[in-house]
Order: sequence, then structure tokens, then C-alpha cells
Amino acid sequence: MANHAVATNVYVPFLEKKGILSWLYTTDHKRIGILYLISVSFFFLIAGIIALLMRIELLTPVSDFVSPHTYNVLFTLHGSLMVFFFIIPGLAASFGNFLIPLMIGARDVAFPKLNLGSYWIYLLGTVIVLIALFQPADTGWTFYTPYSATTDTDVILITLGVFVLGFSSILTGLNFIVTIHKMRAPGMTWHRLPLFIWASYATAVLQLLATPVVGITLLLLIAERSLGVGFFDPAKGGDPVLFQNFFWFYSHPAVYIMIIPAMGVISEIIPVFSRKPIFGYKAIAYSSLGIAFISFFVWAHHMFTAGISEVAATIFSFLTFLVAIPTAIKVFNWTATLYKGSIELHSAMLYALGFIFLFTIGGLTGVFLGALAADIHLHDTYFVVAHMHYVMIGGTVMGFFGALHFWYPKWFGKMFNEAVAKLAWFLVFVGFNVTFFPQFFLGVQGMPRRYATYPEEFESLMSLSTYGSWILGLGVLIMTVNLINGLFNGEKAPQNPYGSLSLEWQIPSPPPHENFEEIPHVTDWPYGYGKKKEVDA
Amino acid sequence: MEQANTEHSHGLEMDPQVEYSSSKLGMWLFLGTEIMLFGGLFAAYAIFRAKYPEMFLEQHQELNREMGAINTCILIFSSLTMAIAVTAIQKGKRMMSAILILVTLICGLGFGVVKYFEYGAKFAHHIYPDTSIFFSLYFMMTGLHMLHVFIGLIVLGVLMVLTWKGTFNEKYSTPVELGGLYWHLVDLIWIYLFPLLYLIG
Repeated sequence: MANHAVATNVYVPFLEKKGILSWLYTTDHKRIGILYLISVSFFFLIAGIIALLMRIELLTPVSDFVSPHTYNVLFTLHGSLMVFFFIIPGLAASFGNFLIPLMIGARDVAFPKLNLGSYWIYLLGTVIVLIALFQPADTGWTFYTPYSATTDTDVILITLGVFVLGFSSILTGLNFIVTIHKMRAPGMTWHRLPLFIWASYATAVLQLLATPVVGITLLLLIAERSLGVGFFDPAKGGDPVLFQNFFWFYSHPAVYIMIIPAMGVISEIIPVFSRKPIFGYKAIAYSSLGIAFISFFVWAHHMFTAGISEVAATIFSFLTFLVAIPTAIKVFNWTATLYKGSIELHSAMLYALGFIFLFTIGGLTGVFLGALAADIHLHDTYFVVAHMHYVMIGGTVMGFFGALHFWYPKWFGKMFNEAVAKLAWFLVFVGFNVTFFPQFFLGVQGMPRRYATYPEEFESLMSLSTYGSWILGLGVLIMTVNLINGLFNGEKAPQNPYGSLSLEWQIPSPPPHENFEEIPHVTDWPYGYGKKKEVDA
Repeated sequence: MEQANTEHSHGLEMDPQVEYSSSKLGMWLFLGTEIMLFGGLFAAYAIFRAKYPEMFLEQHQELNREMGAINTCILIFSSLTMAIAVTAIQKGKRMMSAILILVTLICGLGFGVVKYFEYGAKFAHHIYPDTSIFFSLYFMMTGLHMLHVFIGLIVLGVLMVLTWKGTFNEKYSTPVELGGLYWHLVDLIWIYLFPLLYLIG
């Protein structure tokens, strides 16, 4: 692996080596990042197409496009593929792999072989789930008992796939924590770390502590179906709500596994295109850890209507409000960074601004849902669907797209067409709002989620939402084509197209195999914009 | 904190000191995830024992205390031999370390044999995981633990062969140490399982 034979100043980009085996056996974090990127993008597109099919069915009040059972299967697949195969590994594993060693000034992660192993485990999980598609489950992505323990569809295979993915997630998180602790370049103190690293660190902690719990939960569900174990079966003295407790003990922290890396991305993009030092560095850094910590104590807010005690519900309601504090700290600091900045509306910046706007809506509607009284009315309605998508698409996906556009030149050494990228952003932004904003109203009016049919009075808002999904789909299509086209026909990217100060931009695009010719000595934080640059140029 | 540097000129070889502390940290984090994995089962145990105290009191009498006690002793002893094996290799006593790992391995096998007879006796009495909540817990908890013992046996086997062949010495024995940490965790979990399942009331 060592490049002793290679003369010091010969630059070989990491993408140089060809052949499928050179990819499948690579231990280079940048290549593993690309493997994740391809995999998660694949699942994003599949699950996105499934979502479009669901919206087509919902164009009219009656079930005319697919049968209600097929609809159940579709939303199960859409949810589980998006959550477990795209969003959770999405930013954390793809950009985490690519960026963490580059940003902290290391040649690779702490355990490169384990890193490759994590990807293989991810692949194994995807294979299992692809097989499961032949007899897809219809339980919803949450696999709630008792239905998941009794339905005739194949729940075991898809939960097994998710269980396997959990290992991949745990090992990746472990690798990143050790990397951030042990591999930082000389002078890279904790308070000089880019904020994406802080976010990745908080995410990794969540991956480590929460994922094993969903692992055991899914294992118990499999045992329930295969061995007749009765923990979740009232007939055997078990308790179906126990499943919900276990499931959300993981899955609520998991929503922060999804969103915190996106917050890290936004914290990187905004100062670069505002030409201003990030405002409140420490507040943003520690609020990531704060969110991670609080996220372990809010899970029961998913279960206010599941018959939990009033005292517990009240406590969980207040704990839920607490999450809004570190989240709001971030939003305020980003806006303060923008204030009086000299803002450049690059496509990555547009996605970052879109994130702030949409995530604020998503976050605040989350507070409505966390409020006990409001939630009793809104639970399991389209209001929840709208809230969740404002956070997941408006938040994570916007962050993911922003990261794609921001680090694209560094990662692939090419430029994409900026004008087309802006057009795609516009369509995504408008399409998203047209799709999901009406769903808040539908929810308040009482439209329950997960139904293939609905009363006629909802038809206008429902069809509006479907039209929006087409605009959104078109936007994503244009963006995808633009980015893929850039790989082949794009101009060669310069080393540092945005004049960014963080370490990954101080090396050639794409980076050489072992990143740094000499390990850099870090003397300053990476956000010193707007003053005369002495250190890096 | 600022000393966490990886100052090496070229290639991916890490500084041995950094590599050692990274591996140790990684292993401890992994053990943390194991605790969380079993934590789910322990939580289920707490909930159902609070809900059905009589069932636990009555049905735990089906379990064979003597066998459980023997197994507890075996595992605690194996932890001791493993700990001495780690110290031995750190002092460069290769043969001694390999033999001690072998003893640990034999103890682990002995644990498995006892468990095999225990499970066999349960099945002979028509007691299965779906018999009751208590036995669901019993089989899931000891089963998951047994899976960890099994993985531990493979790890110990590999470590023993490598130690025997002289892969490790006083300068480099990280895998033995990590294997030891894992084995102690397996032991520790059993030390909790034994009283919770066998010694109720």
C-alpha cells in the first residue's frame, strides 16, 4: 500500500486505477465513499420512483392505479429503502468517508480494512433486501407489532437486511470516532476542527449507541415470527407497545443520524459563500453533541396515542421541546453568519439556504407534534407525513444535494454546469413545497396517512400534492443528468474553486491516493474568511 | 488532547503507539455497542419480571442451578487464564501465553458442552422458546450469549495459533489484548445472566 517507490512529487489521482476489483478491494476512504455514494443514490432513485407511483395512486380518491395491498407494499418499500438504505448511510457514510480524513489531515481512516468490511456488510444487506423485494412486506417501515408478527408477507427477510445494515452502520461509526480522536494532523485541535467533523462525531456516537438496540429489536421480531417467542404478543403475555419503545429508542436517535451530518454540511457551505467567519463556532459544534444527547430521551413522543401513561407522555413532551433548543442555536448561528456577508448564490449555497428555510418549517412543525395536546389530534395524519418530509427532504436531502454540488469538483476533479444546477435546484425547491405544504392542511383536516383511498373533499389538495411530486421528480432528474454529464463532459476542476480554507481544498482535485504529500501542520481554524489570508492561499 | 498526532512521512503505516491506542479505543467502543445490544434484552427482562413475578419465581426452578453454577465458575476461571495470557505475552513469554489461551479455549468449550446438556434437558421436558415469556427470555438471552461464546472460541483459536507461531511478542500483542477484552465481556455478561435467570427468589 505504501508509496515508497513513487517519487514524492508525482501526482496520481485516486480515481486513476481502473477495474471493478480495484474498487471492490479498495481500502482508500475516498473510493469507499464513492461506493457508498453510488449505492445510496441508487436506492434514493428507486425509493423516489416508488414515491412517485404512490402519488399517482393518490391523484384520485379511489383506488384505480394500484390495489390497496400494493399501495401498502409501496409505502413500506419507500419508507424502509429511504430510511435504512439511503438517509442513514447517505451523508454519514459517503461524505463522512470522503471528507473526514481529508478535513482532519490524515491519510485514511483509523481502520481502512474495517472500513471496506463495513461496505461489504452494507452490500450484503442490500442483496438480502433486493431478494426480499420478490415477496415484499406490507408493514410500513416501522415494522410495528402485532401486525408485523402476523402478516403473511415476508417480514423476516427485510428485517434481516436492516439488521445486517446495522452492523455496517455501527462499524462505520466506530471507525470515524477513533479516526477523529487519533488521526488528526499536528495542530488540528478540537476547536480547529471543521464543523462537519463535529457533526460526524455526534452522528457516530448515535450510530454506536442506538443501532445495537434496533438490532436486538429486529432480532426479537424475527424470533417472534420464527421461534414463537412472545415478547410483543399479548396472547402470550407480551406487549406490542414494548416493540414501539424498543424501535423508537433507536429510531428517534436515528433521525438525528440522518440530520446532523446535513447540519455539518450546511455549516461548511455557508461561511464559504458568505465570505465570513462562521458565527458561533463552539455553539454549533457543541449543539451537535447536545442534540445527540437529548435524542436518547425523547423516543416516546412517537407513542402518545399508544396508551402510555399520562405522566410519561407529559415528561416526554417536555423533553421533546428541549431538542428544539440546540437545533435553533444552529439555525440562528447560520443566519448570523449570513448577516452582512458577501453572499454568492452558488448552487451549493442555494441548497444550503433551502435547507435553512425548509428545515425551520420542518423543525417547528415538529414542536407542534411534540406538544401532547396537538399530537393527539395530528398523530398519524398527513401532518406527520409533511413534517417528516420537511425534515428529511427539506433537511437531509437538501444537505445531501448541497454536499454533492459543493464537493463535486474536489471529489471528481470536474465541474458541472452551474446554470442547469440552479434550474434543478429551483424545480426541486418549488416541487418539494408544492408536494408537501398542502399535506399540512390535509393532516389538520384529518386525512390519515397510509391509505390508498380518501374522501372526495381532499381531492384538490391531494392532486396538487401529486402535481408537485412531478416537478420535484423532474428537478431531481435534471440534477442527476447534470451531475453525471459533468463527469464525462465537465471542465477540469481547479484545486480550490471557491477559495475555501479547509484542508481538503489545499490539495489537488481529485486528491492523490494518500491525500497529503506531507501531513500538514495546522495553525488556525478553517473559517477565517474576510481577512487577509496569510496561511493558506 | 493535542498530542493525538499521526506524524509519519509516507505510506499508511501508522505510528505503533497511535495504532495501539486506536485499536484499544475501537475495541472499547465495540464493547459499548455489545452492552447496548444485550441492554435491550435486559430491559425486556426487567419489564416482564416486574409484570409477572410469580411466573419468574415458579419457572426458574426448571433451570439447573448446579450446571449454571459450574458454568459460572468455568467462565470466571477462563477470564483469569486469559488475563494471565495477556500479561504473559506482554512479557514475551510466548509458549506460556499460547498454553493459557488454549486453557481458556478449553474452558469455553466446556461451557458450551454444559450448555448443550442444559438445552437438551429443556427440550426433553418440552420446554421451548415459545413455552412462556420466561423461557423466551431464557433462550434468547443465553442463546445470544452462547453465540458470543462461539465467536469467542473462534477468536481464541486464531489467537492461540498465531501466538504459538510467534506472531506476537512483548512489543506487539494488541490482538491478544483485544481478544482478552472481548472474552472478559462475554464472561461479564454471563455473570449477570446467571443470577438473573437461575437465582430468583
